[in-house]
Amino acid sequence: MSEIKNIRDQFISKLENDLSIDQINEIKTELFGKNGLISSKFKTIGSIPDTDRKKFASDLNQAKDELQNLITSKINELEGKKINEKLEKEKVDITLPERPFVRGKVHPVSQTIDEISSIFSEIGFSVEEGPDVENEYYNFTALNTPDNHPARDMHDTFYLDENKEFLLRTHTSPVQIRTMLKDKPPFKIIAPGRTYRSDSDQTHSPMFHQVEGLHIDTNINMGHLKGCLNYFIKEFFEVEKIKMRFRPSHFPFTEPSAEVDIGYEIKDGKIIIGEGDKWLEILGCGMVHPNVLKNVKVDPSKYQGYAFGIGIDRLAMLKYGINDLRAFFDCDYRWLNHFGFDPLDVPSNYRGLSR
Amino acid sequence: MKITYDWLKDHLKISAKEEKLLEKLTDIGLEVESIENLFEGLDLFKIAKIVKTEKHPNADRLKVCEVDVGNKKIKKVVCGAANAREGLLTVYAPPGAIIPKNKTKLVVAKIRDVTSYGMLCSESELNLSNESEGIIELTSSKYAKNIGKSYFSKPSSNLIDLSITPNRPDCLGVRGIARDLSAAGFGNLKTDKEKKIKSNKKQTLKVKIIKEKSQGCLSFGSCLITNVKNTESPQWLKDKLISIGQKPISAIVDITNYVMIDINRPLHAYDADKIEKGIIVRNTKSGEEFTALDNKNYKLNEGMCVISDNKGVLGLGGIIGGTRSGTELDTKNVLLESAYFDPRSIRKTAKKLNIDTDAKFRFERGIDQLSIENGLNKAAFLIKEICGGEISKIDIQKIGSYKKKILKFDPNIFERITGFKISVKEMINILEKLGFETKIEKKIIKLLVPSWRPDIVQEIDIVEELVRISGYRKIKIENPIKERSKNTLNPTQKLFHFLQRAVASKGYLETITWSFTDTKYNDHFKESNKEIKIVNPISSELGVLRNSIFSNLVMYMSKNLDRGIKDLSIFEIGPTFYGSRPGEQNTVVCGLSAGKKSRLSWVEKERNVDVFDIKRDVVQTLVEAGYNSEKFYLDDASPNYFHPGKSGRIFLNKGKDKVAAYFGEIHPNIIKTLDIKTDSLVGFEIFLDNLRLPKKPIKDQKTKYFVSEFQKSERDFAFIVDKNVNVQELVSVISGIDKNLISNIKVFDVYEGENIPKNQKSIAISVTIQSLEKTLTDNDLEKINNLIIETVENKTGAKIRS
Repeated sequence: MSEIKNIRDQFISKLENDLSIDQINEIKTELFGKNGLISSKFKTIGSIPDTDRKKFASDLNQAKDELQNLITSKINELEGKKINEKLEKEKVDITLPERPFVRGKVHPVSQTIDEISSIFSEIGFSVEEGPDVENEYYNFTALNTPDNHPARDMHDTFYLDENKEFLLRTHTSPVQIRTMLKDKPPFKIIAPGRTYRSDSDQTHSPMFHQVEGLHIDTNINMGHLKGCLNYFIKEFFEVEKIKMRFRPSHFPFTEPSAEVDIGYEIKDGKIIIGEGDKWLEILGCGMVHPNVLKNVKVDPSKYQGYAFGIGIDRLAMLKYGINDLRAFFDCDYRWLNHFGFDPLDVPSNYRGLSR
Repeated sequence: MKITYDWLKDHLKISAKEEKLLEKLTDIGLEVESIENLFEGLDLFKIAKIVKTEKHPNADRLKVCEVDVGNKKIKKVVCGAANAREGLLTVYAPPGAIIPKNKTKLVVAKIRDVTSYGMLCSESELNLSNESEGIIELTSSKYAKNIGKSYFSKPSSNLIDLSITPNRPDCLGVRGIARDLSAAGFGNLKTDKEKKIKSNKKQTLKVKIIKEKSQGCLSFGSCLITNVKNTESPQWLKDKLISIGQKPISAIVDITNYVMIDINRPLHAYDADKIEKGIIVRNTKSGEEFTALDNKNYKLNEGMCVISDNKGVLGLGGIIGGTRSGTELDTKNVLLESAYFDPRSIRKTAKKLNIDTDAKFRFERGIDQLSIENGLNKAAFLIKEICGGEISKIDIQKIGSYKKKILKFDPNIFERITGFKISVKEMINILEKLGFETKIEKKIIKLLVPSWRPDIVQEIDIVEELVRISGYRKIKIENPIKERSKNTLNPTQKLFHFLQRAVASKGYLETITWSFTDTKYNDHFKESNKEIKIVNPISSELGVLRNSIFSNLVMYMSKNLDRGIKDLSIFEIGPTFYGSRPGEQNTVVCGLSAGKKSRLSWVEKERNVDVFDIKRDVVQTLVEAGYNSEKFYLDDASPNYFHPGKSGRIFLNKGKDKVAAYFGEIHPNIIKTLDIKTDSLVGFEIFLDNLRLPKKPIKDQKTKYFVSEFQKSERDFAFIVDKNVNVQELVSVISGIDKNLISNIKVFDVYEGENIPKNQKSIAISVTIQSLEKTLTDNDLEKINNLIIETVENKTGAKIRS
């Protein structure tokens, strides 16, 4: 009995000393090794008289557990200490810069096109496209702008041949013609894209972007046109209320035609849309001219509807406070970084157009 | 079109404020472009009297004048005018005044050592006439009592500049604008008291319109006024023209201008004595030329409509007169022309000769064919009143007659188009005020279209008139319904948007550059494409359509490098052109990356961007877009603008598709020629039109989920192969051995040099072997191991490295 107790007491006090992991492991072997003090005691259990055996075994197990636990906790303690020392040595200055990354951006015009598409998608428009090079027929004649019509003066056209048959489209309206010739009514499309006019100064760029809209059905009237644009402008500028003014105007391919102004004011050098008493022209629109419908073999006594054309670059400038149109195409990395959008910022209906 | 409220009031009975007028004009489609107060600053110009003149001490031609400028103030002014003399009443401009002619601001200045306080003005300096000889002499006695008062009387209304749309020639006359306003309930149109010429004198100059093919002149009215004395215009007429920013010239010219602006009736006045025998209106023969009133000599093409006499061309009908027959101050006999020219003919001629005049602007939009007489009456009476003389009978020659258009209008169409209703009574009221004659026949309105409205030819034109005058405000907003029956984007458009954002997400800044470019850049990248020239470019540097986006991207990359940034990636997605016909264009994503990776990094070693950086961007983009990189096939037959040894082409499948992309280092020669200052320049092009679209939408592309749970084993091999054997070949041989067992192949080392024979290289590959059916035994692994070595050796001539 006392032998077990002796071993226990002796080793517990031994373990109280400041030991290294190796020394502890030595003690462990001394006790629990093949011929260790405790191990050999277990071997003697069989030879203990029946009456004492139970108590002997119980005492032995107790001592074993006690010693083992102590050893384990000592080792853990020492190992923990060792790891902590190691980690302490590994400490770095986490304020050093991270490994380099580069961030790409999407051009504000592309972002704006996605915003526009997202808004019109909600109310059932789909996206159509057309070529940048057009012929004179699609760009003018089919749009009720015959040769020698003064309205052609409003478009300074780039030509690709001396006969002036092939040109860079001056507006996105030829997409109306292509779409209507290709399919059957009803039509409900938008067509964003590049447009070209040989005009170059502070406020004009020889290339710019437009989005065309076209909605033709049996019963589409000017009220629907007003409703559609009212909805679009409100959604696009992400404002609660807007002030919108329809003004009579003239385009050869629509009749009646209108220009649309939105109300704004300038606060602290920034344009605030929807307030104030100043007007800003942002788009042209109207009811598609019966002559245009006839040109694309749509019966104007059965079908009617509206079309509109909006300057995309202009919209982007207004929404994002960009002052200089020319900068859009200057590719200055500082500008692109400043006005560009993160590629993950995809405008969508459910999470809003912008963050 | 410039007008004033005052002038409008000649035709309109109205008392509303100018503000209301501006609002109304815009509301009915006569857009107000700007408003200008012409009087601003003019109050500084005072009536003054020269009290003393002395010769300038240092200049023979100058005088030093003491000028009484009112309020008992005398100012010293240096003046060069010969007529400056004591006692002369004239106009004085003080320092601070802005001279209307050249817009310069006067300051106190020393002129040859004598200080001059202000200036004495000539008529030309005040834009009152072209008279620049001497200072103004105010002779009327009323001025003597008004020394010190403002010379200009303040006009009661501002100059209003309207932007008139090309369909509304009638509104290029003040009366037409007044008529529109009255129809919209803004005032009442005064009746035009047309005085008719009653003369028994014949118009003695014979006028003949030659009846020939495409004769541009349909009728020619004329009237001869004899024994006139052309003079300066009376004040009321001068004021009228000045009020809209025009400069008075002489009575006869001013009168024709006045009538043109007042009722949109262009006229032309000839000095009748300079016309040889008679007027012949005809088409030009080739080789004719004449000097126009703009003092330019024009060579005329065949078939242009000219007014001529026996000696030759007098003027281009409806566009510009000639110097030979123009009126001058000593003109005695005047022939007034009031004609009608076909708009198409006018436009053709003016465009060819590149002439723009007031008359041309009006005729090409369409002049009232029935205004010929009215114009002659108005002008002739004014000439007689101001210049005296005798008026002849009016002579009108024509080669056709004008009939008023009749139009039937179904009132129901109005609501169908506009979405709101107005009564038939209101429609008729509006139309009659616009000058239509109306009659209701079986619920249809029968209309006689006024001769001044060439734009009105069908029912929709009537709808426009009615809705315009009723007001666009009345159009009700119909809110759109949120439903979609068709996909917003088609698969190609989806791919476009996906690629755009995929490339941007790899650190590229998206640019948008012009579709045209500089041949200097384009030549490097056009390859076998033909150059597509723009006939009328903005400048020679933007003279061709781009055959490749690289032309612009390289140029802008270079500009950015010059701005001082060293490491930059930019891209553009857009069209490139291979022909000048619609549709001869491709959609391309083109990216360019310059400089180094990890420049000045404390943690990573810096290195130049290289062909494998750009290859990663292309391959990753294509993989993200849904293409399987295991099927990609690469070769090195890339375009010449790339480094021949460090560039390649990617095909989505071997032997099937068109090239999906190019990538590589930009050719060092191009970098050198274009002087691009960078450590390294790599680029790629992905051709959208060559990427086949997935046959199935993504929801149907997901196959059954299937992975092996059995143990996998990785084996490494090192093969020595000929230098020209590429890794793609080696990998494809290995992967073809057993698709079921070989699940992954990785190249982890390529080595040339010591211990490797010349012209050979060592490629180290790690192959993952895993079965879908069982745990492979050592025996199985050994078998496949040997098979790999054997097959590679047989098929590629490689040797396993021992």
